[in-house]
Amino acid sequence: MRQRMAFWSILVKDMQNYYLKPPNISWGIIFPISWTLMFFMRSSTPVDIRDILPGVMALSVLFGTTSMLAVTITFERKSRSFERLLLAPISLNLLMLAKTTGAIVFGIVNAFVPVLFASFLVDLSGIHWVTMIVGVFLIAVTSTFLGLFIAVSVREVFEAQTFSNFFRFPMMFLCGLFIPIESLPVFVRPISYVLPLTYGADLLKFSINQNGHIQLWISLIVLLAYSVGLFLISTHNIKKKWIY
Amino acid sequence: MHIIDVKNLSKRFGDFTAVKEISFSVEKGEVFGFLGPNGAGKTTTINMLTGLAQPTSGEIMIASQDGIKDIKKVQQIIGIVPDESNLYDEMSGYANLVFCASLYGLEKATREKRALELLKQFSLDNTGDRPFKAYSKGMKRKLTIAAGIIHEPEILFLDEPTTGIDVESARQIRHLIKTLNAKGTTIFLTTHYIEDAERLCNRIGFIVNGKVIKVSKTNDLMSEAQQENIVEFFIEKSESELEAALLHQFPQVSIKQSSPDSIKISSVERVQLMPFMRFFEAQGVVVSEARILRPSLEEVFVNITGIEINKLKKEKEGKKK
Repeated sequence: MRQRMAFWSILVKDMQNYYLKPPNISWGIIFPISWTLMFFMRSSTPVDIRDILPGVMALSVLFGTTSMLAVTITFERKSRSFERLLLAPISLNLLMLAKTTGAIVFGIVNAFVPVLFASFLVDLSGIHWVTMIVGVFLIAVTSTFLGLFIAVSVREVFEAQTFSNFFRFPMMFLCGLFIPIESLPVFVRPISYVLPLTYGADLLKFSINQNGHIQLWISLIVLLAYSVGLFLISTHNIKKKWIY
Repeated sequence: MHIIDVKNLSKRFGDFTAVKEISFSVEKGEVFGFLGPNGAGKTTTINMLTGLAQPTSGEIMIASQDGIKDIKKVQQIIGIVPDESNLYDEMSGYANLVFCASLYGLEKATREKRALELLKQFSLDNTGDRPFKAYSKGMKRKLTIAAGIIHEPEILFLDEPTTGIDVESARQIRHLIKTLNAKGTTIFLTTHYIEDAERLCNRIGFIVNGKVIKVSKTNDLMSEAQQENIVEFFIEKSESELEAALLHQFPQVSIKQSSPDSIKISSVERVQLMPFMRFFEAQGVVVSEARILRPSLEEVFVNITGIEINKLKKEKEGKKK
């Protein structure tokens, strides 16, 4: 009961202090619109919104979660308010789950902003909603834990941003969202299959346009493995670096 | 009854040993002062006692619980006030207190009631709805202490509670420490301000270069200091020949400290000023001022740690900045 109360308080505090701030809400709306417009502007042929929807959703989650979590944790660490949480009588795992849940929820909401816009423009019938929700959830969890891993690895807020891009940009171009993996040079393809977003994006492609290339269960296992692995590495690093 | 028991506690960072096999205990209900110069190992020790650092070796028992293995249980009964205010800038004073209470599992109604009580007790009730970032340094310090005691801990760790704040806030904080202690809270206090330790602590432990070199009751330390009579003469110029002549003339005294413009002597017997004045006059040295010093804990600190008072003052000033 006591642990649940602490978990809930940390989550609510983060939502109020960070995720529900007007700049972040507007970012969650502007980001998918900008991406969609970019596709319309660069394409010489008519753009099918359903084709670009998996990509816009996946990137909304990836950028939303990694940016927010890496920055907020680094910021709290810098201002030493994170120490207060480490000194509270709650387990480290629960504390980190509380800190990351806000970012996961933020990522999921971000993912559905483009879906909401798309619903006014195109017919969304035939979408496999359960797979989509599972896919969005797993991308949000993996990206958030990637953000946590980044936050634990750096000291300064600007380092968190730079280090995030080190992961985000290769994922953006190599995960098969905009350039099919089969069209990539042979020596680059293995890198694509190491990136978690490749599996998340494939789940979304399957759920929206039924054109995924990876078996569903493989994607689920890889994303779960990434989530668990990143969380364990991050908590291990916190124990090593912050509870020195 | 011991509420904190520390045995052979060490902390190493690579080749550097910050804390070297220290042992001490804290009695239930006392104010225990932990004094030492910068870098002596005070904060590392507090971090180990509160769970922010893992000891390399040794044992910690807090309220009969293992302070290393069961640190999460221990954290439920301790309050921690770090040397820097670390609450949330964007949140109001009231919201900060309610949030901190929730980390210790206090029910909604209880935490709201406690937050309001503490705001009043700390004279912050008129500013409880202001964001923390808008508070003055003294107000921030008071709210950080309030956050540390919101769950009514048995033991309160206070790291430099009066450093860098105005005189009035410091006075209020000292009063609060006394009040808390009178209500039964055991207080573990680290401070650079010897005066604070002298006024507040029942017992004091001295740590130098990672080693606890003395733990004693404050009264005993004061009695020890008062056995010594110290007089400081401010003179034009102090030379080694002058010091030698002084020691030759007055073999019962020793030179405690000398600088180019002053000589400080000490003696177990009461010091009569006139013979010394005549001595300096005979030596052709003009004495601008002679001051009989009240023996203080600062003298004890200097004797025990070997830190010069000037260096100590510089450390204080550095800490303030």
